[in-house]
Amino acid sequence: MTENNTTDAALRLRHKRYASERRFNIYGIISIAVALGALCLLIGSMASKGWSAFQQTYIILEVELPRDDLAPQGKIDAETLRDVNYVSYLRKSLRTEIPGVKSRRDQRSLYKLLSSGATLGLQNLVLNDTKLIGQKIKFAAVASDDIDQLVKGNISAGKGGKVSKKQGDWVKKLTDAGKIEKRFNTNLFSNGDSREPELAGIWGATMGSLLTMFVTVLLSFPLGVAAAIYLEEFARKNRWTDLIEVNINNLAAVPSIVFGLLGLAVFLSFFGLPRSAPLVGGIVLALMTLPTIIIAGRAALGAVPPSIREAAIGMGASPMQVVLHHVLPLAFPGILTGTIIGAARALGETAPLLMIGMVAFIVDIPGSITDAATVLPVQIYLWADSPERAFVERTAAATLILLTFLILMNLVAVIMRKKFERRW
Amino acid sequence: MNMDNYIPATAKGAPAGMGIDPVATGEKNINMDGIEETTIKMSARNLDVFYGDKQALFGIDLDVPERSVTALIGPSGCGKSTFLRCLNRMNDTIDGCRVEGDIRIDQSDIYDRALDVVELRTRIGMVFQKPNPFPKSIYDNVAYGPKIHGLAQDREELDHIVTSSLEKAGLLKEVADRLESPGTGLSGGQQQRLCIARAIAVSPEVILMDEPCSALDPIATAHIEELIDELRENFTIVIVTHNMQQAARVSQQTAFFHLGILVECNSTGEIFTSPSDERTQGYITGRYG
Repeated sequence: MTENNTTDAALRLRHKRYASERRFNIYGIISIAVALGALCLLIGSMASKGWSAFQQTYIILEVELPRDDLAPQGKIDAETLRDVNYVSYLRKSLRTEIPGVKSRRDQRSLYKLLSSGATLGLQNLVLNDTKLIGQKIKFAAVASDDIDQLVKGNISAGKGGKVSKKQGDWVKKLTDAGKIEKRFNTNLFSNGDSREPELAGIWGATMGSLLTMFVTVLLSFPLGVAAAIYLEEFARKNRWTDLIEVNINNLAAVPSIVFGLLGLAVFLSFFGLPRSAPLVGGIVLALMTLPTIIIAGRAALGAVPPSIREAAIGMGASPMQVVLHHVLPLAFPGILTGTIIGAARALGETAPLLMIGMVAFIVDIPGSITDAATVLPVQIYLWADSPERAFVERTAAATLILLTFLILMNLVAVIMRKKFERRW
Repeated sequence: MNMDNYIPATAKGAPAGMGIDPVATGEKNINMDGIEETTIKMSARNLDVFYGDKQALFGIDLDVPERSVTALIGPSGCGKSTFLRCLNRMNDTIDGCRVEGDIRIDQSDIYDRALDVVELRTRIGMVFQKPNPFPKSIYDNVAYGPKIHGLAQDREELDHIVTSSLEKAGLLKEVADRLESPGTGLSGGQQQRLCIARAIAVSPEVILMDEPCSALDPIATAHIEELIDELRENFTIVIVTHNMQQAARVSQQTAFFHLGILVECNSTGEIFTSPSDERTQGYITGRYG
């Protein structure tokens, strides 16, 4: 220990060093707090807007199912059951609940309390259980989206709004009689898109997303891994590989809509593949994901210590054996993480899919990769564009579901990495 | 990638291969003391190695006698590791590395186009500076070579190869009860002996060792040195070392490299007691290096 270490100048310098370290720590904590705050704000605002979409208002009606109509001459056949005018039963029941509605105009606005989907619900109920015929049943009829919003308190009745003063009074009367119930919104999860918000669901878009992701991963994972292995392990480092590397890095930064234009021009116009199909969407997204996988894969391969390669080469392993037996297993967690992150980005992608027609209004649930379909982010975009108040909360709800998928995928990435990670 | 191979430009044009009496016949070699008669296992003639534009080795002529230990010594960057890596063509994997000249094992040219590198490396095994067991079990580490080269017909034979290799490497006693535990879990010295076991599992003729003890403590080093001495009975060993005492202890022949040229090569006793070149003397007595 020399005197130099205890002089004032040395002490000051040391204090300064400690102070700068503390400052740096504080900056770090602040930036993390800002990032976390932004994330909480996003999820919080989505959750506060969207949570109510997970519930749907139902009007509990006592519905008579007259045997004479449904089973003429005591015979029950599907044909008749499908043709029967179920609306009239619901309307009759509604008139019983709210008596004294005489004028045609008032009656029509009374009927508007119910969604058009209520009829279908009743029909399905009867088709599934013919024993109900001739009975008086309690049926939970889906309320129309405006009534749903009124009950949830998002809009108020009267004053030129969507819900008239009279309708507001009827709803109040029904509520007081305990006839209004909020239940879990199964339609949101089991239906395809619909013009009626109360019937619209994300199942169609989810299936579309899954099919598209299937195609994307199926194409981009093997191609990307093969390209990464070749470039990192086998290709000679020369001007051509440099050029390829620069191009791959550039491709990763190309705006996604460009890939959509490419898909439109090449796959739809030139090859004549079906429009709006997950097949084309998957190919386009695969092209978009490829650079990400190649870059992540190369980084993971490059991170494998050269000593392992040398050991294997020294044992007389062929270049292919070096890669397959030693390098790839060690690089696999990294490659997998890159792939999942690339796929997660593809899952949230909208722009390129707009170009190839996956933005269409599609009610049916797609069953194969050539069916017309849409995907979750596009569904969100479509709903966000709709004027109905009820679509606002559904937009937020769908966003929450998409976020859940993304979080799940990242979670899988973390778990996989932990599981396959090997120390050396 | 080996950073030892930087050669200053001043080294260019230095006289090549001085200090060694080139034995062109190759088959029989009479040592300097004229007593022992040994077979030459490997020989290098007029070997030049380039990394890109830089020349790392200048006209090396060196014979490696069979069933003995040849030590390569010299200061950092003198090209001894480069030379070692030429012997089993490990330098092939380095981009921009070019080898000119002639290296033969049992009279056949190892840089022959028709020669299979994979087969060559089963004949010439290698042990590296840092212990580098595969991140697999001890058993799999040793069994890897025999497996990929199809040296074992069945599981029983493979078991036999693994245990006998571990035995020869002096590791069996310590790991017999945990062959399935990861090789990376062993201590540094054990890992290095595992790497030696792995190398001898394919029954090579030559084992190249690139500073095998530089990452180990003195006790582990002593273990390895003992092992090298035992292995000499069955294998031809070429060892690169920074440690001159080690070279003196384990080797029968020592070659001193300096700035990419082979300054002197002689029996270890000669080199350490009466070196003929003053650079060798300077290095051995610690004046530089």
